[in-house]
Amino acid sequence: MTAQTVKLCETCPAYDASALKRLGVKVGAANYVVALAGNPNTGKSTIFNALTGLRQHVGNWPGKTVARAEGGYDFNDRQYKLIDLPGTYSLLSTSVDEEIARDFILFGKPDVTIVVVDSTRLERNLNLTLQILEITDRVVVALNLIDEAQRHGIQVDARHLSRRLGVPVIPMAARRLQGIPELLQAVEQVAKGLYTTRPHRVHQFGAKLERALNGLIAQIEQEYPGLPNARWVALRLLDADASIEQAIRDHRLGELNRDIEAASTEKAAPAEVVA
Amino acid sequence: MTQLTLDQLEIGSIAVVRRLNAGGAIRDRLMDMGLLPGTLVLAEFRSPLGDPVAYRIRGALIALRRSQAREVEIDLSEGARE
Ligand SMILES: Nc1nc2c(ncn2[C@@H]2O[C@H](COP(=O)(O)OP(=O)(O)OP(=O)(O)O)[C@@H](O)[C@H]2O)c(=O)[nH]1
Ligand SMILES: [Mg+2]
Repeated sequence: MTAQTVKLCETCPAYDASALKRLGVKVGAANYVVALAGNPNTGKSTIFNALTGLRQHVGNWPGKTVARAEGGYDFNDRQYKLIDLPGTYSLLSTSVDEEIARDFILFGKPDVTIVVVDSTRLERNLNLTLQILEITDRVVVALNLIDEAQRHGIQVDARHLSRRLGVPVIPMAARRLQGIPELLQAVEQVAKGLYTTRPHRVHQFGAKLERALNGLIAQIEQEYPGLPNARWVALRLLDADASIEQAIRDHRLGELNRDIEAASTEKAAPAEVVA
Repeated sequence: MTQLTLDQLEIGSIAVVRRLNAGGAIRDRLMDMGLLPGTLVLAEFRSPLGDPVAYRIRGALIALRRSQAREVEIDLSEGARE
């Protein structure tokens, strides 16, 4: 690869050179926790490095990130803690390293989840995107690798995709730092609740299933007070997901939740909303 | 004729998924990998020990163990041999 200017797009109207400060690992009390999720090899660590100034390993073979990495950035005087997760195809059928990602997305209570998708393999990438939209409305989709898509003659209508998914969709070529300012703004808007998302949800359940679900949810919440996404857990139980059954049986679900909370919520009281 | 399954697909050949035989977690996994009825699959190469095999599925290279590939019924794609 030839040398590139490592400057953010200074001519973009959206970009204010003073707005981003890379904090490296020095994030103490962050205002917001932001997770980077997505299929393997979509550019999550590339985005992580661009925002934090850190050097998470970037590779062109799937499965490079095997544990989660944390770093921080400051944007418009708010501190963000960014969590780089291993790539995953699904929240449902996870392999061991995918579980790290799944557990953080489900139980780590991120304020915003950035789903990084490969625009040359959109169909495949939307599986995980839709699954994440089922459990949280605080999502920004980073439509990465648009330079690759263009090379292959693929054009993605980001606006239309955004309307259909109900969340911001930001076209990016992260390796060239294209789209980073727009991503920062979208994350800020969703974190502060200034952008009202309307996540596309696939399911319409009947009354009978809803009753069964609610019964299970009540039991789960009794066993694990404060567990996020009890509804998702209940659905997995109804689907006879053996790994979730086992996690509940040996009380790992709760542990996991506490574990993740200890790691991610030394954050300050939520910042007041400044429009 | 017995039904072909994905583990029997020769390297360099393309097939179309007919149906999934597995249930439960294996079925979920196969579908999450993009293997649904009608999906085109190319067997790209075999690992040195013969298992797993790397398949090209919906644009990504996915390694499947023989035990997983056996659960996928396929039809050979006409004229698709490379
Ligand atoms: N052409 C192009 N390549 C990119 C872009 N973003 C990332 N890459 C490259 O894609 C490859 C994978 O990037 P990573 O950042 O390691 O991807 P990841 O999502 O962290 O991968 P895992 O941790 O394995 O899931 C690297 O070779 C990057 O240089 C982009 O916008 N355009
Ligand atoms: Mg990575």
